[in-house]
Amino acid sequence: MNIAWDAFTPWSSLAGGVLIGLSAALLILGSGRVAGISGIVGGLLRPGGPDTTWRLAFLGGLLAAPLLWRLFAALPEAQPVAGGGLLVVAGLLVGIGTRYGSGCTSGHGVCGLSRLSPRSLAATLAFMGAGFATVYVVRHLLGA
Amino acid sequence: MQALIALVAGLVFGIGLLLSGMANPGKVVGFLDLAGNWDPSLALVMAGAIGAALPAFTLAKARRQCWAGCDVALPTATRIDAPLVLGSLAFGVGWGLAGYCPGPALVSLTMGSMSAVVFVVAMIAGMAIHAWLTRPRA
Repeated sequence: MNIAWDAFTPWSSLAGGVLIGLSAALLILGSGRVAGISGIVGGLLRPGGPDTTWRLAFLGGLLAAPLLWRLFAALPEAQPVAGGGLLVVAGLLVGIGTRYGSGCTSGHGVCGLSRLSPRSLAATLAFMGAGFATVYVVRHLLGA
Repeated sequence: MQALIALVAGLVFGIGLLLSGMANPGKVVGFLDLAGNWDPSLALVMAGAIGAALPAFTLAKARRQCWAGCDVALPTATRIDAPLVLGSLAFGVGWGLAGYCPGPALVSLTMGSMSAVVFVVAMIAGMAIHAWLTRPRA
């Protein structure tokens, strides 16, 4: 392992993480709901599903964030890592996987670990492990 | 009131994703690339997020009512079963391939990323496939 010190952004990442955690704290204490993005979106896809209003409000806030950011500063850079067909495959896997797995990085990784749920720990270890393995295969075995 | 709080929470969540570097797929994959030039930043995102959310969830477990007057809906499932593990594994593969998980992919939509549009359309299609396969049957 070789640490990429030039890419390491400890303070902004820690501060961004704290904001994500505060958002989850606000949503559970204020609105009584878990800030799990895949669950919030997935819940809208069931006809007559519960809690449509707060789900749409949360997503509205999420989508408004870059627009608000842009009023004060340039948006941070974003380097794409996949294109075309690979994006479609990845999107399908993330969509189906997070719904069968009942959560994603936010629902299991942040909220689940924060409530000390063994089920969320198992899910987090599974998706992190699969993520590490996938990047190893793509970058170091296939050399893409 | 519940929706207003959710709107603010969504906004703060999105700003946090932007500030943390999670909305940059290249940086996410740099974190997942343990064998290459490893960028540990995203471990600090998790640490910061859990540090801020843990006290709130500890409080929430003891509460029946949220500030807006609604119920506090904490997940009740505890079983570690096949759908949980296999679904999470599939999610991890997709995450590693594209560098997007659901939150950052959505935020990237309004950053003007065409890649994010393609990814999100496929992701929502995947979620709809799950909803259809698990639909309640009469």
